Amino acid sequence: MNGFVDRLLGRVRLGGWLAVAAPVIAVAFAVLITSVVLLIAGSDPVGAFTTLAEYGTQPRSMAMILNTGVMYYISALAVAVGFRMNLFNIGVDGQYRLAAVVAAGLGGAAVVPGVLNIVLVIVVAVVVGALWAAIAGLLRVYRGVSEVISTIMLNAIATGLGSWLVSEHFGVLTGNDLGTRPIPDDAHMPGIPLIAGTPVLVNGFIVVAVLLGIAYWVVLNRTRFGFELRATGKSESAAVASGVSVKKMIVVTMVMSGAVAGLIGMPELLGASYKYSNNFPAGLGFTGIAIALLGRNNPVGMAVGALLWSFLDNSSNQLQLLDISKEIVQIMQGVVVLSVIIAYELVHRYRIVAEQRRVSRELAAPQEAPKAEAAA
Amino acid sequence: MLRNRVSKLAAATASGALLMAAAACGGSDETTTTGASADASSAPAASQVKVGLAYDIGGRGDGSFNDAAAAGLDKAESELKVEKKELEATQGETDAQKEERLRLLASGGYNPVIAVGFAYSGSVAKVAKEFPDVKFAIVDDDAAKGDNITNLMFAEEQGSFLVGAAAALKSEKGNVGFVGGVDVPLIHKFEAGFEAGAKAVKPDIKIQSKYLTQPPDFGGFGDPAKGKTAAQGMYDAGADVVYQAAGGSGAGVFEAAKAANAMAIGVDSDQAALPAYADFKDVIITSMIKKVDVAVFDFLKNYTTGTVKSGPSVYDLKAGGVDYSTTGGKIDDIKSKIDEYKQKIINGEITVPTS
Repeated sequence: MNGFVDRLLGRVRLGGWLAVAAPVIAVAFAVLITSVVLLIAGSDPVGAFTTLAEYGTQPRSMAMILNTGVMYYISALAVAVGFRMNLFNIGVDGQYRLAAVVAAGLGGAAVVPGVLNIVLVIVVAVVVGALWAAIAGLLRVYRGVSEVISTIMLNAIATGLGSWLVSEHFGVLTGNDLGTRPIPDDAHMPGIPLIAGTPVLVNGFIVVAVLLGIAYWVVLNRTRFGFELRATGKSESAAVASGVSVKKMIVVTMVMSGAVAGLIGMPELLGASYKYSNNFPAGLGFTGIAIALLGRNNPVGMAVGALLWSFLDNSSNQLQLLDISKEIVQIMQGVVVLSVIIAYELVHRYRIVAEQRRVSRELAAPQEAPKAEAAA
Repeated sequence: MLRNRVSKLAAATASGALLMAAAACGGSDETTTTGASADASSAPAASQVKVGLAYDIGGRGDGSFNDAAAAGLDKAESELKVEKKELEATQGETDAQKEERLRLLASGGYNPVIAVGFAYSGSVAKVAKEFPDVKFAIVDDDAAKGDNITNLMFAEEQGSFLVGAAAALKSEKGNVGFVGGVDVPLIHKFEAGFEAGAKAVKPDIKIQSKYLTQPPDFGGFGDPAKGKTAAQGMYDAGADVVYQAAGGSGAGVFEAAKAANAMAIGVDSDQAALPAYADFKDVIITSMIKKVDVAVFDFLKNYTTGTVKSGPSVYDLKAGGVDYSTTGGKIDDIKSKIDEYKQKIINGEITVPTS
């Protein structure tokens, strides 16, 4: 009934204790595999996990984890919007980078003062992200080009375009680094002293991220648009039959996904680096895909996933101090994603088989029925 | 419906909490505290110098730039008896994470702290202010300024000028090529010098030029397949000498040179002498040597003798910070001409452009 993809993207809900079982199995499995890898690599898993725990509980690191996590979360939301209707927007990476370049260029030019400049930068980023994603949506609707292919290609084009914009138009050379003109002091997003016991401020965009998460939930679950989006994702033909314009939905969803993607670079641009340079973080769009899978497109699940991912990323230095290779972090992240997917799939299958047994038992009561086949 | 949603929320939260909990109870019997706390600033009374070194992406083992810094550090470890701690950057990290890496070293009692690569520019400037008693050095950047910051700079364009001259002298077809790893200002210096050197010998020489990737895609510094394709194209289009400033991608350029039975020029280290490139030593006619190892070692040596100077230390031809190699004897016949150019640059008769 429900395909693997539906289960993968969290469109099938688990009830009762099964909902708890899946993440517990996943985490236990991830810890186990990581320990084995650490042992093979000749490191002490106990020491590694102790270091991680110590690191994760310091106020300073908590602020750092939140700051990186904010970007990861926005990225996951951008990806999840598409996922919910079977659109695989692999182009979030290119969308946010191009958006950040153009927004940084305009912000650095300081055409308007102060807070207006912040608003301008954000609006420009959202529009650029949305337009870039719209290309893929239109290609899909009018030319039948798979958005997976077109967005991957658009990523490459965005890299070239962004690079050209920086080197030919917006670029200022400082030392050996080429970047846009820094956004003036009066247009910086203020930080929030959210965590006691550390001077590290939490990026002001955490508020935006939380609001986006709430908006994501409300739009998908409490609006007609959200219903149509989810319906299209579950069954295109059923959606058409009930009067949904699938073509319109594809374009609108891509645009929304791209608009959210445009915001990914904003915490860094307006709250930390104040310019787009060769040093600007790349690849956040791909991190978002992993976190959307990890959080099963659920706004809270993705928040937990983003924090977990950010925690692991930020602890890389600490592990290296223990002479544990930083690659262990990537292994852990990969294992966590895989074990979440596998654990949920196992639990789903268990549920399906259990249901079939129950049905076949009921059927078998009055007459002799063939043994229920195990679901594949 | 509601129950499902609540239990799902609970489950998702539990998954995160559990991982931390599992991590926490795993080490309850461990008595040694591991990892320096980032907030602790109590440096131990070090009888010995503890050096902290932060690599750029690629880290130790990249066969190029980071490895050169590692070589300098290793030499200091054996000759100056310093202790070392090396941390590596991860792909796609933010400046905040770079700062944290430097802070971790400085607060963990590592002094001096060396940052490899211009990517650390902003981070070094910021963290050096927080730790006025710690000496910092940064390779390839002069934008970070401070009383406790030493900028280790190289005149890549001067060394590249010499190998550019060598390429033009060796080329029979009057057609040479340049392969840059990533299209960034630092690599433009290599290209500009190479071009100027080639044109100084033969003003009408044809120069093909290609960068493997555009920032922020730094893959061009570690993708031999891309290097091979680019160089192949140049040899096919009539070049007979190709100079590469492409880090790990350089191996691909050498491969293409070997297949085309043509010549190539190495970068950063004397690559014809490196065991890793033993297969290609016949095609590598010379290399532009950028002595990051010497700069790192010098800095550490100065530190141990208390003579560290802040501000830029420029490693140019005059200081012996850049040079060309003669391993293999392939350019012995033109060595005197190249040395003439070298002398002119040192005297200031020739000023090599940087872009």
